[in-house]
Amino acid sequence: MTSLASETWPQDIYQVLVENRVRQIAYIPDIGHASLIKMCHKSDNMKTVVLTTEEEGVALLAGAWLGGDRGVLLMQSSGVGNCINMLSLTRVCRMPLLILVTMRGEWGEFNPWQVPMGQNSNPVLTAAGVLTFMVNDKDRIKETVKAAAKMAFEGPAAAAVLISQRILGAKTFGR
Amino acid sequence: MNPERSKSYPLRRREVVKELLAQRSDALVVAGLGAPAWDVTAAGDTPLNFPLWGAMGGAVPLGLGLALAQPSRRVLVITGDGEMLMGLGSLATVATQRPPNLAIVVLDNERYGETGMQLTHTAGGVDLGAIAAASGIPICNTVSDKKSFKSVIPQVQKEVGPLFFNIKVRAEDLPLVLPPKDGAYLKDRFRVALLGIDATI
Repeated sequence: MTSLASETWPQDIYQVLVENRVRQIAYIPDIGHASLIKMCHKSDNMKTVVLTTEEEGVALLAGAWLGGDRGVLLMQSSGVGNCINMLSLTRVCRMPLLILVTMRGEWGEFNPWQVPMGQNSNPVLTAAGVLTFMVNDKDRIKETVKAAAKMAFEGPAAAAVLISQRILGAKTFGR
Repeated sequence: MNPERSKSYPLRRREVVKELLAQRSDALVVAGLGAPAWDVTAAGDTPLNFPLWGAMGGAVPLGLGLALAQPSRRVLVITGDGEMLMGLGSLATVATQRPPNLAIVVLDNERYGETGMQLTHTAGGVDLGAIAAASGIPICNTVSDKKSFKSVIPQVQKEVGPLFFNIKVRAEDLPLVLPPKDGAYLKDRFRVALLGIDATI
C-alpha cells in the first residue's frame, strides 16, 4: 500500500470540483478523503460541512441546490445505507447530487464489519436510482469524477463515484 | 408518557404558523412533512415555500444548506416534533455552522399526527429546546403560552441566529390543507422565484 499522502488524485478531484463550481462540501470523513477534505477547508470558495450522518448531507445539498449552490457529498461505503430514504428527496425533486464514496469491505478488507455495506454499495445505490461509476485505477479517477459531475449537474441526477479499495489500499491497523 | 397533557395546550398550530408567516417579508420557508406542511400551506401557498412530503429528518439540514447558499435571506424551518426527533444530529451540525440567517421552529404537539396521533418522546419529557441548546445553538427557547409566543415572533423573523424555538401546541385533528405534491415542480417554482428563470437551464 502506497502512502495516500503522496497521491495526486485527491488534487485531481479537487480540480474537478473547482471547475464545476461546487460550493458546499458535505462529509463524514474517511481516510481516503482526508487530503481532499483538507484542500476544501483551505478554499475561500467552498463551505465545508461536517455531518453527523450521511443522510443529513443528502438533505443539506438539496437545500443548497434550492438556493443556487452546487455541492458534493463525501463518505465511505458504510455511509451509503444511511442515505437510502433521504435519496427519495433527490429523486422525486429531480435534483443534482454528486457523491464520492471511498470503498471499504470491497477488496482485501481485514474488518468483516465493513463487508456487508462494501459489497452492496453499488447495487443499493442503483436500486435507489443513483447513477454509479466504479473506478479501479487511480489514473481514471479524474475523468470519472468529471463524467459523474456532468451527469449530476446537467441531469439533474444523483450520481456516485465509487473509488475502489484497490486504489486506496486496504486498512490493516498494522496486521 | 403523558397522553393527556398536550390536549389542553393553549397555543393552536394553525394560528401560530399564520402569525409567524404574516410578516415573513422575503423569507424562504421549509416545512417538515405532515402537519407542519399543511399548516404552512394553510397560511398561504407561495413558490418560496418548500413543503416536504417525505424525507423525514431532513427539514433542518435542508434549511441549513439553503441558509448557507443564501446568506442574505432569512430561512425559516417549520417542522414537527416527530420529524425533528428523527434528525437530532442536524442540530449539532447547525450549531457547528452557525448560520446567522437560520431560524428553526418546532411545532411540538407530542404526537405523530399523520399516523394515528401516537405519542412521541416529547410526551415522555424529552426536551427539544434543551437538546438544541446543549448542541450549541446560541438562542433556544421553549414556548407554551400566548404571551411568550408574541415575544418570539420578531425573533424568528429578524434576530441574528441560528435560533431554535420549540413551541408546545395543542394536539388536535385539523382539516388537511395540501400543498402541491410533485417535488420537481416544488423545486422548480422555488428556484425560479428565488434565482430567476435561468435557474431552469
